[in-house]
Amino acid sequence: MKTDNREILLSVRDLKKHFPITQGIIISKTIGAVHAVDGVSFDIHRGETLGLVGESGCGKSTTGRTILQLYRPTAGSVWYQGKDLAKLKSEELRAMRRQMQMIFQDPYASLNPRMTVGEIIGEPLVIHKLADKKQTQERVEHLLDLVGLNSRFANRFPHEFSGGQRQRIGVARALALQPELIVCDEPISALDVSIQAQVVNLLEDLQKEFGLTYLFIAHDLSMVRHISDRIAVMYLGIIVELTTRDELYENPLHPYTQALLSAVPIPDPVVEEKRQRIVLEGDVPSPVNPPSGCRFRTRCPLAIDICSVEKPEFREVKPDHFVACHVVN
Amino acid sequence: MAELLKVQDLETQFRVREGIVHAVNGVSFSLKEGETLGIVGESGCGKSVTVMSMLRLIPSPPGKVVAGQAFYQGKDLLKMSDEEIRHVRGSQISMVFQDPMTSFNPVLTIGRQVAEPLEIHQGMSRKQAYERVADMLELVGIPKAKARLNDYPHQFSGGMRQRVMIAMSLVCNPSVLIADEPTTALDVTIQAQIVELVKELRDKLGMAIIWITHDLGVIAGLADRMAVMYGGYIIETAPVKSLYANPTHPYTLGLLNSLPRLDTDQYRRLESIDGLPPILMDKPTSCPFAPRCTFVREHCLQENPPLLETGPDHYAACWVDTKTGRERA
Repeated sequence: MKTDNREILLSVRDLKKHFPITQGIIISKTIGAVHAVDGVSFDIHRGETLGLVGESGCGKSTTGRTILQLYRPTAGSVWYQGKDLAKLKSEELRAMRRQMQMIFQDPYASLNPRMTVGEIIGEPLVIHKLADKKQTQERVEHLLDLVGLNSRFANRFPHEFSGGQRQRIGVARALALQPELIVCDEPISALDVSIQAQVVNLLEDLQKEFGLTYLFIAHDLSMVRHISDRIAVMYLGIIVELTTRDELYENPLHPYTQALLSAVPIPDPVVEEKRQRIVLEGDVPSPVNPPSGCRFRTRCPLAIDICSVEKPEFREVKPDHFVACHVVN
Repeated sequence: MAELLKVQDLETQFRVREGIVHAVNGVSFSLKEGETLGIVGESGCGKSVTVMSMLRLIPSPPGKVVAGQAFYQGKDLLKMSDEEIRHVRGSQISMVFQDPMTSFNPVLTIGRQVAEPLEIHQGMSRKQAYERVADMLELVGIPKAKARLNDYPHQFSGGMRQRVMIAMSLVCNPSVLIADEPTTALDVTIQAQIVELVKELRDKLGMAIIWITHDLGVIAGLADRMAVMYGGYIIETAPVKSLYANPTHPYTLGLLNSLPRLDTDQYRRLESIDGLPPILMDKPTSCPFAPRCTFVREHCLQENPPLLETGPDHYAACWVDTKTGRERA
């Protein structure tokens, strides 16, 4: 799984996405903004899996969607093949989207119930005018086969499938255009435990076969560790720590990462008995009025005076290990 | 320790348009004073229906408890009059539900709702009850509890709401607390807070707990005894350490192997359990797990195995010894 090949596929620089809060029906005016993503920067290398973790509302899904320009960013840039996606016109963007696809969280909401599985998987080919009817049909059968579904299922409707099978259909649709990058937005959190492993194994097999690059968004830290090469931890709209998988789990530097890791239960009563937990106080603050200075300072056990005044810089403290914290040396 | 609760051969069915769903097919377990029992299983395995049947909370029609007994302190809950069971529910056996968003009445204040069991079961006046409620909210870690009695549920965050729910369930000092996936809707750091809180309260108040979950991690550090359910049956039950150290049923084994673990370094491919959970339209005559089992034998298809003792206080419903791969004598 390790990538020595460090070619950068995609660069995100200071990306921001704010959603306006409006008041009034006829004369609507903006009275504030949800700072969902508030300045994130990272690179994705070709062929790697970058895990993006954080709790609900931290902006991880918004980041994924903004990269693909499903939301147009408020500020910042997304560089892909020498072009800034944030500045592309819709025509050019559509052509670029061929190389970037998405797998969604909810396999029940992301498939059109009135279309057959064949139509769903074949639709990208039709939209991009890449295949005639017969070719599309062949390609659909091949894709179904690839994701472990019977190719005769092409004429069935989504409701005839279970959650895990639907997620396979979602994977097949994402693969239809032979993309380079797939953004996986919590692809397994709606599935049962025994089915999760099936889908993760499928994603790993496909990555090996086609050299795919994944941005894997999730809140389950054990699963992210399993699948990722590098991991970024988000908190309230910013990335607080970004490093390789092993470094993050062996040597987490940011106090939030440390707390997050210690909160993950381990399926072993003997280990659990001996574990010391860092239990964070309170809840995540609202992204409408994020705390001044460091976003995490209101719950941070290590906070000092400077944390409320100055935003910590996201800096490389050792090779390949970035962290945004005043306390870390 | 005295036996508090004893459930025997409980069977529950639901009548639907397509026929009869056999949700629970003869479940037996017991609970001692102060003991914590974890019931684990995937969606649709019958874990919630089991406890709901016991407390007579199954809506009828379509549901019906068709057989079995559930003794609480020597009296059968299933044969009690409505008056008697109402007295047991809420004051002696109480329940915490999964979703803290939908299990409160949004138009009544928190104080009113938490005080209700005290007014009903213990005949307290509103004033007395409110004092006790304030103490209870303090105990579960609501800051400035007294000032928040007149707040409405939407003014609390998810984690805080789950704390209020726990306060409500414990306000009458029950001897059994049933928690039905109480942390599933919460983030990991909040989940850790709630688990720590329940452990603390258990030490202080000494109630017995039935904790229902699909997460083998959360329960590992909490339970004394475990029961794993599949297809409406308990397929393995054992003391918690014995279950994790020696998982005996192929399904338990499969579940544990399909989880990535945060505390092991080397990468391994996840073992998935192929196939899908059973649809319980017919009462199984063979082992319900047989179609997905890698150890399957002729015998498994002919006869459904009962729980067999496979070790000290360790029972599994399987004809095959998963260690040797041979059929049990």
